[in-house]
Amino acid sequence: MTELTELTITQALAALQAGDVTSRELTRAYLDRIEKLDARLHAFLHVDPGRALAQADEADRKRSAGDPAPLLGMPLAVKDVLTVEGMPCTCGSKILEGYVPPFTATAVRRLLEAGVVVLGKTNTDEFAMGSSTENSAYGVTHNPWDAARVPGGSSGGSAAAVAAELAPGALGTDTGGSIRQPSSFCGVTGLKPTYGRVSRYGLVAYGSSLDCPGPLAHNAEDAALLFSSMAGKDPLDATSVDVPAPEIRLSNGNLKGMTVGAPKEYFIKGIQAEVEAKVRAAIDQLADLGAEIVEISLPHTEYALPVYYLIAPAEASSNLARYDGIRYGPREAAESMWDVFYKTRGQRFGPEVERRIMLGTYALSAGYYDAYYGQAQKVRTLIKRDFEQAFEHVDVIACPVAPTTAFKIGAHGDDPLAMYLEDIFSLPANLAGIPGLSFPVGFDAQGLPVGMQLMGRHFHEAGLLQTAHIYQQATDWHLHRPALAD
Amino acid sequence: MTEAIKTKYETVIGLEVHAEMKTDSKMFCGCAVVDSTSAPPNTTVCPVCSGMPGTLPVVNRKAVEFGMKVALALGCTINQTSIFARKNYFYPDMPKGYQISQYELPLAEHGQIVINTPRGEETIRVTRVHLEEDAGKLTHIENNGVSHSLVDLNRAGVPLLEIVSEPDIRSVEGARAYGEALRQIVRYLDVNSGDMEKGVIRFEANISIRPTGSEEFGTRVEVKNLNSFRTMERAIEFETERQARVLQAGGSIDQETLGWNEANSSTYSMRSKEDAHDYRYFPEPDLPPLVVDQAWIDVVRASLPELPRARYLRFKEEYQLTDYAASVLTADRATADYFEAVLEHVPTSVSPKIVSNWVTGELFALINQAGTGIEVIKVQPEALAGLVRSVAEGQINPNTGKTVLGEMFTSGRGAEEIVAARGLKQVSDTDFIARIVKDALDENPEEVALYQAGKESVANWLFGQVMRKAKGKANPQVVRAELEKQLTKL
Repeated sequence: MTELTELTITQALAALQAGDVTSRELTRAYLDRIEKLDARLHAFLHVDPGRALAQADEADRKRSAGDPAPLLGMPLAVKDVLTVEGMPCTCGSKILEGYVPPFTATAVRRLLEAGVVVLGKTNTDEFAMGSSTENSAYGVTHNPWDAARVPGGSSGGSAAAVAAELAPGALGTDTGGSIRQPSSFCGVTGLKPTYGRVSRYGLVAYGSSLDCPGPLAHNAEDAALLFSSMAGKDPLDATSVDVPAPEIRLSNGNLKGMTVGAPKEYFIKGIQAEVEAKVRAAIDQLADLGAEIVEISLPHTEYALPVYYLIAPAEASSNLARYDGIRYGPREAAESMWDVFYKTRGQRFGPEVERRIMLGTYALSAGYYDAYYGQAQKVRTLIKRDFEQAFEHVDVIACPVAPTTAFKIGAHGDDPLAMYLEDIFSLPANLAGIPGLSFPVGFDAQGLPVGMQLMGRHFHEAGLLQTAHIYQQATDWHLHRPALAD
Repeated sequence: MTEAIKTKYETVIGLEVHAEMKTDSKMFCGCAVVDSTSAPPNTTVCPVCSGMPGTLPVVNRKAVEFGMKVALALGCTINQTSIFARKNYFYPDMPKGYQISQYELPLAEHGQIVINTPRGEETIRVTRVHLEEDAGKLTHIENNGVSHSLVDLNRAGVPLLEIVSEPDIRSVEGARAYGEALRQIVRYLDVNSGDMEKGVIRFEANISIRPTGSEEFGTRVEVKNLNSFRTMERAIEFETERQARVLQAGGSIDQETLGWNEANSSTYSMRSKEDAHDYRYFPEPDLPPLVVDQAWIDVVRASLPELPRARYLRFKEEYQLTDYAASVLTADRATADYFEAVLEHVPTSVSPKIVSNWVTGELFALINQAGTGIEVIKVQPEALAGLVRSVAEGQINPNTGKTVLGEMFTSGRGAEEIVAARGLKQVSDTDFIARIVKDALDENPEEVALYQAGKESVANWLFGQVMRKAKGKANPQVVRAELEKQLTKL
């Protein structure tokens, strides 16, 4: 018999609906598997079995009472930068050690209203700053495909949890690739929605003009289910957009009539050969499914990295000013008020966070603002325009998610710039505010997953999910699971 | 400082005024706006205004509307798109580590205020009006020899309007007139209570001096945290003198930020130009640009009441009032409304000037004695009109009128009721008056003799005796005429 934890969300919902399984059984199965495997993987920072089982029982009661909630009884993991009332929220940082927020993030609340059961909070680079989870103050998460390697980041805990079947789906956040890159490294399907389509209320801010909550799951169909329950205007987030949550109907047809753009700037020297080969093969597959493939140019791509590393740290330097140890989080003892601040911040922020606070403070400083932050905003507009022009000719853009497959833990330990380069293909979508989807399209010689990215115009999530779904109907890369010896 | 030095230099002042707006809720969250001087600390605080991780601001439309009201009242142009910006500075009264304000594109620009100063009428240009949020309050206490800093976030996030003037003010009097005019306007608009002692209006003054006649500005200092008109005046006086003394001694003024030390009535240096805060302003990414369309501007403009200066000019013109009367009657909207309501209820034979005398004289005296306000007194405008009419029509005499008003003020009863109950109705019966005049003359032969000897002032004393006999109810004009008649006959 199939283990319950092998089911996709769609399959599990059908089983729940048919009465073949209860939410308690399903939740119990995931909790058992977390118990068994997570000591090795460290995908979770916090697991709350009591609360999860209570939610599961409640869901079972509601189901027998005929409650039609779309995700009723479905277990889910939540990245630890999204608040869940009453559950610790550390953001992978010592500065929020033990902090329990008094409110629930809108994205999570909507999923709770749709019936999900929260298993716990997943590991992340500190304040989502990183591409490997190595910047978590609570230790790295191990890639389920190779424990010596990183799961990517910053939503590495969520990606590893789904890949290792510790959860059928998870929430992540994506500021510069933090959903898509770990999805690629762990062989799962992850969606970064259009900026503003999912509320940021309760997402602990890193780069406010870039941050986006989104789902990670085994396939596009599951991601679509989670996404449509999360999206929509939120009166608590003034930047959320009044475009109703999409109802996504995934057909099993072909891609006839669709034009897919392959941007030449995304197939460059330095990219791992197998990554390029697998992505090109996947694009060929899209052509086989009926899509027309055209080469396109996004000429300002090379500026995305410097632009991102001015804008995101600038916003972060301001967003992280509130952590002073006074109103929440632990406080270092000192004689004077200012020493309390210096010591608390000095001792409890990690090096990458400090680096970005300094970078951002500098970029916003009087006399440097125009040359750095101001200039970056101008170039950001050019990058946006690249996409607008491209989408006049193509329906979706297909390209690699990251230049490599999962790297070894410690590989970029003393080279932050090399780490930043991990994000070169994912940053542009954040700067332009457009949706991006990552899904598995093969494996490299070491058996590590390779992901492909689809990008679409604003609010075109359904088109991306549809394309990936049709691809997944024709291929089985998304069905592969890491071998995790018991 | 000698007069010579005083006239040698001219003071140049620009004011930044912070006015709290009395909206129901805070600028970016749903917390109630409370009196931060009396509410128990940290009782109107939520995750948003305490800066909890993950929270986001949402703009209070009422605050925008209030800001537009003030801006339009100042004749500003409203920017249909304005931008919120983060002003970054780290201090424990600022829960997010930044204040959400407006920087490059404020809500409104290019307004003006006309003021009266000893030099005459002056127009002070208003550079900009922008929206922002207030900070919390820090209290430093010492307990058993250990010092503590206490934070109260009730005020954090209260909507603030910052109104910045051009350096057009040239005197202490001008600065006060500008501040008072602004206070009057925000009170007329019911946007701010004007309670200076509660800190709902605060000033920062940019002050420089220059040789009289010079076109160039001198180096300016910025004096922060001036919380009353008096403090502002003293700070300007102090700085004018200090700077003149420095220049007289051949020195130069340092551009710096100063504080005001109340204890020894002097300014002190908070930070020099080199140490000036770098606020690292940048557009607030959590808030889209604030867009106000023309229709909204039109609605707000249409809702504006008649403004203090317009009303002051109209009172002078329409009611033929003196500068003084027009100015005190329009000092606040409640008084002006009250005055006009009384006017509506008196016959046209009663001139506005008479009504003005009653309001600014007797009524103001009673209000001041009672330490109350015109909007809460028991004497309704109709009732005062009744009293004024009774006096004008001779039913009671003016002195009795004052007594009756006093009783109306305490009891809230009407004039006619009091007059009837106490038998105060004025007597004009000539037979009765002739009799009491005769009695008075008979009873005071010595004074009558003095009068006959040529000491005419005794007549006034005799008049008083007659009025006393009539218990104040006799018509004084009739009494005077009868007294004169009988005295000449003697």
